[in-house]
Amino acid sequence: MSSIEQQAKGKKEGDIRYLTPLNIETAKVKKYCMFQKSGIKYVDYKDPDFLMRFINEQGKILPRRLTGTSLKYQRKVAVAVKRARHIALMPYVADLLK
Amino acid sequence: MNHYETVFILNPVLSEEQIKETVKKYEEILVSKGAKMISKENWGLKKLAYAIQHKKSGFYHLFEYTVAGEAINELEIEFRRDERVMRYLTVALDKHAIAWAEKRRNRNKKTA
Repeated sequence: MSSIEQQAKGKKEGDIRYLTPLNIETAKVKKYCMFQKSGIKYVDYKDPDFLMRFINEQGKILPRRLTGTSLKYQRKVAVAVKRARHIALMPYVADLLK
Repeated sequence: MNHYETVFILNPVLSEEQIKETVKKYEEILVSKGAKMISKENWGLKKLAYAIQHKKSGFYHLFEYTVAGEAINELEIEFRRDERVMRYLTVALDKHAIAWAEKRRNRNKKTA
């Protein structure tokens, strides 16, 4: 017969086991498309400050999987960023943008 | 008649008078092609995100108008020939864009 202490410890010596499971937050925060949520229909290329949200420090367009934008609006964002780059409102290549 | 919007960047070495003259020239080209000007915006001297023709700033101007599509080609040929224009961009506006442009204009009017 093993003692209660040994049972709680489990078979391996030094392996920590808990009687109640640890309270770890596992629910993921759902990403959402900010255009659909706030009802924006047109992505304006003349507003570089707004488009800054969709590019990284190097000035690259962020993928949908990071921003949560829906496909419909991701296409519009991509076009708007490219237009903004053409008229020099945003850089094609950059370093430490944010 | 389609709805268009043109942004163009003028060379920063131009004097104020030359800029006015250039802007007027393009407005006249459009009007002579039967365009109806909806709005004109002057964003003034702005810093460019990258150097164009070794210049780091430029005068931004924005036109919004309705015109038949053929006129755009002629306008852009004029832009390409003109050394004073460093960059231009013409965009056709859809119904959402028109609604946004109107909203933007009203907002700008309020702040101005």
